[in-house]
Amino acid sequence: MTDAVIATTPPTVATGGGDALYPIRHLLEALVAPMLALAVAASLFSVFLLALGQSPLDFVDLVWRGAFGSWFSWQNTLQRAAPLLLTALCVALPGQLGLVIIGGEAAVVLGGLAATLIALPVAGAGPFIVLPLMALAGSAMGGLWIGLTGWLRARLGVNETIASLVLAYIGMAIFNHLVEGPFRDPASLNKPSTYGIGDGNMLGAIPVLEVHPGIPVGIIVCIACWVLVFRSSAGFAGRVTGGNLRAARLQGLPVSALMIASCVLGGACAGLAGTIEVAAEYGRANASLAAGYGYTGILIAFLARFNPIAILPMAVLLGGLGAAGGLLQRRMGLPDATVQVLQGMIFVSILASETFYGRIRWFQPRGNG
Amino acid sequence: MTSDSLISRRTALTGLGAAGFAATTGLSTQPAFAKDLTVGFIYVGPKDDYGYNQAHAEAAAVLKKMPGVKILEEEKVPETDDVSKTMESMIKLDGASLMFPTSFGYFDPYMLKMAAKYKDVQFRHCGGLWSKDKHPMNTGSYFGYIGMGQYLNGIAAAHATKSKKIGFIAAKPIPQVLININSFALGAKSVDPSITTTVIFTGEWSMPVKEAEAANSLADQGIDVVTCHVDGPKVIMETAERRKIFACGYHADQSKLAPKGYLTGAEWNWITVYKKFIADTQAGKAPGNFVRGGLAEGFVKMSPYGPGLSPAGRKAVDTAKAEILKGGFSVFKGPLKDNKGNMVVPAGKALVETAVELESQNYLVEGVLGSIG
Repeated sequence: MTDAVIATTPPTVATGGGDALYPIRHLLEALVAPMLALAVAASLFSVFLLALGQSPLDFVDLVWRGAFGSWFSWQNTLQRAAPLLLTALCVALPGQLGLVIIGGEAAVVLGGLAATLIALPVAGAGPFIVLPLMALAGSAMGGLWIGLTGWLRARLGVNETIASLVLAYIGMAIFNHLVEGPFRDPASLNKPSTYGIGDGNMLGAIPVLEVHPGIPVGIIVCIACWVLVFRSSAGFAGRVTGGNLRAARLQGLPVSALMIASCVLGGACAGLAGTIEVAAEYGRANASLAAGYGYTGILIAFLARFNPIAILPMAVLLGGLGAAGGLLQRRMGLPDATVQVLQGMIFVSILASETFYGRIRWFQPRGNG
Repeated sequence: MTSDSLISRRTALTGLGAAGFAATTGLSTQPAFAKDLTVGFIYVGPKDDYGYNQAHAEAAAVLKKMPGVKILEEEKVPETDDVSKTMESMIKLDGASLMFPTSFGYFDPYMLKMAAKYKDVQFRHCGGLWSKDKHPMNTGSYFGYIGMGQYLNGIAAAHATKSKKIGFIAAKPIPQVLININSFALGAKSVDPSITTTVIFTGEWSMPVKEAEAANSLADQGIDVVTCHVDGPKVIMETAERRKIFACGYHADQSKLAPKGYLTGAEWNWITVYKKFIADTQAGKAPGNFVRGGLAEGFVKMSPYGPGLSPAGRKAVDTAKAEILKGGFSVFKGPLKDNKGNMVVPAGKALVETAVELESQNYLVEGVLGSIG
């Protein structure tokens, strides 16, 4: 059942001979649907604000200022979006195969921890050795963790959504135990943390722009994943699996291997997100890593309909809402939950807009096909 | 505010029309209020958590009524780089010049980073980590000796318990929490040395489901008084009331949540600290860098007694409180053993509330059932 519902991007249909414009209309359809959904969400939210006695125009103004109105606001937005680009991939890549993975949070924290631990003994070797090692360890750990869910699904038929969620609880518990126990820096009295990787090994902000280093990494990985999903035969096989599991089996596709591989890759992205947070922000592993990036990533992946490129604008949108949240609290006296209400409305509208696809004839292939 | 929002509406429309991007950039970085002293409060949880954050927000609400002060508040800001951006946003977009990031984890590295970047803004952090040799002069910290309040809670609990078993639900086994657990247990033992204190660590500052489970499990074991050190004691108080056992409050007044079983509570009284900081700033002085106080200084106060506490219990708490207010009182007096039998305070030694040894406490005293792992 889930396989059929979640499948979002059917393998590209061969276009009819006389319809050269179809690819453009197909693209337009993919743009119009989320735009309409955003408009619906915005109108619903305006009603909500009016009911609270607040002006929707003030709201738009403050979101604009807080999220995009100045270079500082952009930095704020991009910093929040950076880890989300990668955690969304943890949902989107398995999502292409019809798997719903919601346990990315554990891959983030365990990835961050693994990256920190590998850096500690070699911290003196300099950033050019330490940082690649950290990236390797972090993504391997994340890949292992989510890969475990994929293996349970592929080999034993365990529901991957539940498995990933339960494994996330286990992963968080392991993380807390290790950070507060064996690997704790005794000097971190009231906020248990591991030892630091050293200031010299930290990943600085991008020069001049002062942007979080996770942004370029995230963009590159998103593009690479898009190529993998939509321009490679492995990606095609994955999408066939997501479109129709039985048909894929009948075709002799290595369905189990594809499932596990997509989970490993997704987990590796989340683990990399944890690594970058450690290398760019905290310099050590502690509870700051468990900031909910893994969970917000789920929302973004669904908003992007599991398309790795579409993750980019969606992560910026949600990062922007997060960045503006503070200004909204301060200037309009709205509670923190207001932004969550808006996020909820956007989420529901986008999911509802799924039914829009294929309904309007103008967007469909024409001619003899 | 009206004229401000008029401009901003126009700004927004320009901005939305893509072409006006540059114009918005110029306008939005102007601080909105220049004359008043703008003070930023940042909370890690919701302002109405009946706990840690509410204790600060209640003080902020009083400050809001003072003339010449504009209070900015932001709740549910995680202890991640998000808080740096919140501080920066308050400074850049709202012109804040005095910041109170109230959660422990905001200090290092976030607040220190912002203090280095904005040298003319004063930062005061709740948690007491500041030291002169390590930290810049535009930062500082304040904290209260609330362990004394938990000691008084322990005395009240000892007078209410019938089973001689009392319980403590704690977030994490860190020194600030351990001082409270030990003070609570020692308070109870000062009344009756046979009383045991069972401690449960939830592992998180705010995890209502686990906190409710812990309260239920304590009640199931025959424990008839509970207190806690978590960010929001709400569900613990409510669960205790539902299980018809007694409760001592922490952080803020929770008597409304447990009208029958609430004995008393150890509360923060932050308004004392904030008023002083603001008065200093308005007088052109830098606020204090290292500010501490307890019951005597008005940093900590006790909740009014609830109906569950007998007149004898009230008298005992009053007497102990009067003793503390005189000054020089020590909860941690030698000979004191931990619950593994090691001597932690030798005979003849007494640690007053200001003793620096207490801040690296890593044991549970004799009579506490539980372990710090």
